[in-house]
Amino acid sequence: MGRLFDLRWIIALLFGIYGVVLLVLGIGFETDADRVKTGGFNVNLWMGIVLLLLTAFFGVWAALRPVVPEAVPPEEGDDEVK
Amino acid sequence: MLLADANLRLDAQAVDYVLLGVYFVIVLGIGFMARRSVSSSLDFFLSGRSLPAWVTGLAFVSANLGAVEVFGMTANGAQFGIPTVHYYWIGAIPAMVFLGLVMMPFYYGSKVRSVPEFLRRRFGAASHLVNGISFATAQVLISGINLFALGSVVNVLLGWPLWVSIVVSAAIVLAYTTLGGLSAAIYNEVLQFFVIVAMLVPLTIVGLHRVGGWEGLTAKIADKANELSSWPGTNLTGIGNATLSVLGIVFGLGFVLSFGYWTTNFAEVQRALSARNMSAARRTPLIGAYPKLLLPLVIVIPGMLAAVLSPELMQAKQALAANPDATTDVQFNDAIKLLIRDVLPNGMLGIAITGLAASFMAGMAANVSAFNTVFTYDIWQTYIRKDKPDGYYLRFGRLITVIGVVAAIGTAFIAAGYENIMTYLQTLFSFFNAPLFATFILGLFWKRMTAAAGWSGLVAGTVSALMVFILANSGAVSWFGDPKSQGPSFVGAGVAFVVDIVVSVLVSLATRPKPDEELKGLVWSLTPRNTWRERGEGWYRRPGVLAGGALVLTVALNIIFW
Repeated sequence: MGRLFDLRWIIALLFGIYGVVLLVLGIGFETDADRVKTGGFNVNLWMGIVLLLLTAFFGVWAALRPVVPEAVPPEEGDDEVK
Repeated sequence: MLLADANLRLDAQAVDYVLLGVYFVIVLGIGFMARRSVSSSLDFFLSGRSLPAWVTGLAFVSANLGAVEVFGMTANGAQFGIPTVHYYWIGAIPAMVFLGLVMMPFYYGSKVRSVPEFLRRRFGAASHLVNGISFATAQVLISGINLFALGSVVNVLLGWPLWVSIVVSAAIVLAYTTLGGLSAAIYNEVLQFFVIVAMLVPLTIVGLHRVGGWEGLTAKIADKANELSSWPGTNLTGIGNATLSVLGIVFGLGFVLSFGYWTTNFAEVQRALSARNMSAARRTPLIGAYPKLLLPLVIVIPGMLAAVLSPELMQAKQALAANPDATTDVQFNDAIKLLIRDVLPNGMLGIAITGLAASFMAGMAANVSAFNTVFTYDIWQTYIRKDKPDGYYLRFGRLITVIGVVAAIGTAFIAAGYENIMTYLQTLFSFFNAPLFATFILGLFWKRMTAAAGWSGLVAGTVSALMVFILANSGAVSWFGDPKSQGPSFVGAGVAFVVDIVVSVLVSLATRPKPDEELKGLVWSLTPRNTWRERGEGWYRRPGVLAGGALVLTVALNIIFW
């Protein structure tokens, strides 16, 4: 399964896109109506930053510990039940 | 709870639709990529037993994080306040720990492919058939609830008629579950978990910011005595007597309903069975316990926030407090949608809508992937078409997935009729899960328990839970609690458990037990403990350490919110 595609890259991709969009909205497009809704807390900006940090976390994790194709089928590995 | 009302319409703009669209593209992409890894029925139904523990652990939480939890628990938060945390800290966590420590070795170790299959090995065909059919039926009913919720979000967002929204939503879930099987469902569940958290955390933070923090929230709550302390939770149970209410929560909700749900529900256990080895399987519910014990902070609190921030919900709550039968414009189930509408700006709004869609898809996909496995392996392969080549069952699995989704479209319209989804579901669970848990516990620890006891206990338990439901709803017996609250399902679960145990013991004493050789690996006293041992893994991966940490945190949270 993991040999074919790595879920960590998919999470990084999704949150990367979301993070950039929110960051741009937070920096450049905060309206007065938004401030009324949020009570002045720029949630798009902060969530954008958090999501980009998460993207970096999953990207680094996937890059440092890539999925190694398994040589033996899982049943012959550990924890075999006799 | 029709959502066509204009006041519930979320003010989504182009950017919000783009964020939702990106998500759907990735979800379907996962389905197509996972398809390449499906070459046998075991790949399709159990991901080839190859997944790492962090993936199965998060999928374990996500499978349960459907409409019931997101709508139901925010609704409970808005209606009852803090006592809702019992679903997590009395209910879910101890049961998840028990599953990982005690039950998983039997499930994973015996190499069964489903929970009903374990029953067949332990008790034979009759209890297997009872459970297989009741489980498959329950999954179709529950996936209808998730589908209805998903359709209602699309309905509110795009303004399509409800039935079109439901059919289109069903088609998307169907696409990725038939293509990629359980792997696609699980991979999407992990993704969904993160998206749901990315919705709930900012919702809680902005909401708290609006009301002036925790003090601001508590100052605005009218019924401080009931809603701000978790015990005795009489408003949650609807049982007036404080002692009985605590008993109902601890025994009915905590011990029977939650243990029944988390330890025998195949939609959950299936996630652990897809893990790559025994250690990863045992760690699946234990890793899941950590996010699960933090979730009420971002689910129950937003519910409470909605009840003080949304003018409509505040009015509805006051009207209901004055007259429990009052008709209101909005329902408690609308709590999270009202809060999203009122506090999130465009951008975050798109992510929140995506989070709602993700949640309902996760819930439905979990039901569908558990349903197709049980129907194919436990009903079709066991009783109807035996000994066909594996490719036949893979094709049949895909076909039955389509049929299951079509049936869920039908049940989606049944779910539409209930005011509080949670009450409806707890009732269902008390019919199926509580007796099942009793049978499992007795069967695991008492090797004398016989095959006849297995099925007769299950039937007697389910029938007694039905009786409680009928008595409470007809108004014949009132001390079970108000039929509109969750008390009757707690009582029903407790009664079903006791009846199941009594009937099982009596029947066992009158019938002949299976010989010991046939029960190896299926009963505690006949299973050698060395098959459970972990080899060469770090201390932090030991199930005992993970379980201890989760329990300590849960006790701490219980005390903080006492």
